[in-house]
Amino acid sequence: MPLTEKDGLIQWTRKSRSERIREHLIWVGAAFLFVLAARYISGQTIWIFVLDAPRQAQDFISRMFPPDVRYFNRAIGALWDTINIAVFGTLIAIVFSIPIAILAAKNTTPHPTLRAMALAVIVGSRSVNSLIWALLIVQITGPGLFAGVLAIGIRSVGMISKLLYESIEEINREPIEATLATGASRAQTFVYAYIPQLMPIFVGITVYRWEINIRESTIIGIVGGGGIGFLLNSAINRLAWNQAVVILITILATVIVAEWVSAKVRAKVT
Amino acid sequence: MVKIHGLIKEYPKGPQALKGVDLTVGDGQIVALIGPSGAGKSTLIRCINRLIDPTEGSIEFNGTEMTSLSTRALRTSRRTIGMIFQEYALVERLSVMENVLSGQLGYVGFWKSARRQFPQDVVENALKLLKRVGLSEYVDTRADALSGGQRQRVGIARALVQQPQLLLVDEPTASLDPKTARQIMRLIVELVRERSLSAIINIHDVQLAKMFTERIVGLRDGVIVYDGAPADLDHAALTAIYGEEDWEADTDSGEPAAAEVGSGE
Repeated sequence: MPLTEKDGLIQWTRKSRSERIREHLIWVGAAFLFVLAARYISGQTIWIFVLDAPRQAQDFISRMFPPDVRYFNRAIGALWDTINIAVFGTLIAIVFSIPIAILAAKNTTPHPTLRAMALAVIVGSRSVNSLIWALLIVQITGPGLFAGVLAIGIRSVGMISKLLYESIEEINREPIEATLATGASRAQTFVYAYIPQLMPIFVGITVYRWEINIRESTIIGIVGGGGIGFLLNSAINRLAWNQAVVILITILATVIVAEWVSAKVRAKVT
Repeated sequence: MVKIHGLIKEYPKGPQALKGVDLTVGDGQIVALIGPSGAGKSTLIRCINRLIDPTEGSIEFNGTEMTSLSTRALRTSRRTIGMIFQEYALVERLSVMENVLSGQLGYVGFWKSARRQFPQDVVENALKLLKRVGLSEYVDTRADALSGGQRQRVGIARALVQQPQLLLVDEPTASLDPKTARQIMRLIVELVRERSLSAIINIHDVQLAKMFTERIVGLRDGVIVYDGAPADLDHAALTAIYGEEDWEADTDSGEPAAAEVGSGE
């Protein structure tokens, strides 16, 4: 109770005495846990190697220079594959996300059982990282672009469906009531009242996911998903650091451009 | 036109919103439905076009029993019942014209409507209505670029492009300033009279209800407690609808009661 009486004056505090004590105990407990964890990590660390780290880093960076500029041609070719993985992965995800989101939203689902199934698909897709998806899919389809596209697509379905179905659930009900009241069918209501409201959100979500996919598809190559990651992996394996740095610069530039495009498009559709 | 008998609506986990309402609205009649928030006004008019399904009772519209209609038959009946909403209920990102034409969705097939292909006479009628409500210059404007009063005019045009016989109007002025509110009420009532439609208007503002309608129905806690002419809506009637309050203090009759305001109780 925040209101207490003291010396005939009513005093107000945000939290009661017992709440304050409990809060302090939580802080003390957290600090204790932190110290404990730090000690454990320290015990697992070989400190001689860590002390050596700055020198190692210096050596490592010096091997990257001068970059092998001629390698850019190979990098650009592989980058094209990577961009395609991201684009087609996102497209596949869009095709599946729309019906899944409609089934998963409380207000548009035809049946609770279908809703539960759609939610299960979303959780399944989201709970596994696209790198892990790629590892699994490579076992089935063999390494290459197709495995990469599938891994990106499967991982994206979960996120796009989830964000989309949450937007469907928060949609403004009034225009939908008004459209139904004119005698419109459910399909017509979807076209006239749902789609216009959802369009900007939908475009925003998919462009954002595409941008994430550009980043993820660079990594996927490492486990056999094709594209620039594959090149990076082989450069590292050959200890060709002057080529690896070229690839890293290419990836960085691509990610920056993708983020810029994504931000521009999202600003445009609101 | 509309015959409601023994209408009961029970929401799951809640008290009864309507406790046996009987109401008959004749052809060409304009009825104002007044009452405190939560009295069941919105529920009542939404039961008529089945945006809300009543729990019990019957609603007859032009001889059709609304409560037992199939989906398809319900759509056919809804075509002739126009509805106007408090927050206008326009689709913000569609143009004024698209919003108005959406009033015709019940008559047009899915693919035609999806491609925005409406019959020529419907388009002409829509343009005529937009002119009538004073929005000729805004045909191509997006609905979210309009002011509140303009949006409500679009809402009115959408309801009328349906060629309705009955208009259900849910708090048309509650989101508008006093001047615009009067203009909108006047417009609705004029259009209803011109076309000799019937109308049920939910309205908070007792003054506006008295000014523009010929019959007032008072609803309290899901029960009709007043049904009569605006002139008979006196202290006793208002107390029955809204509860105890110094009703004379804010009427414009300005008799002795008005002088007592300062002294209070």
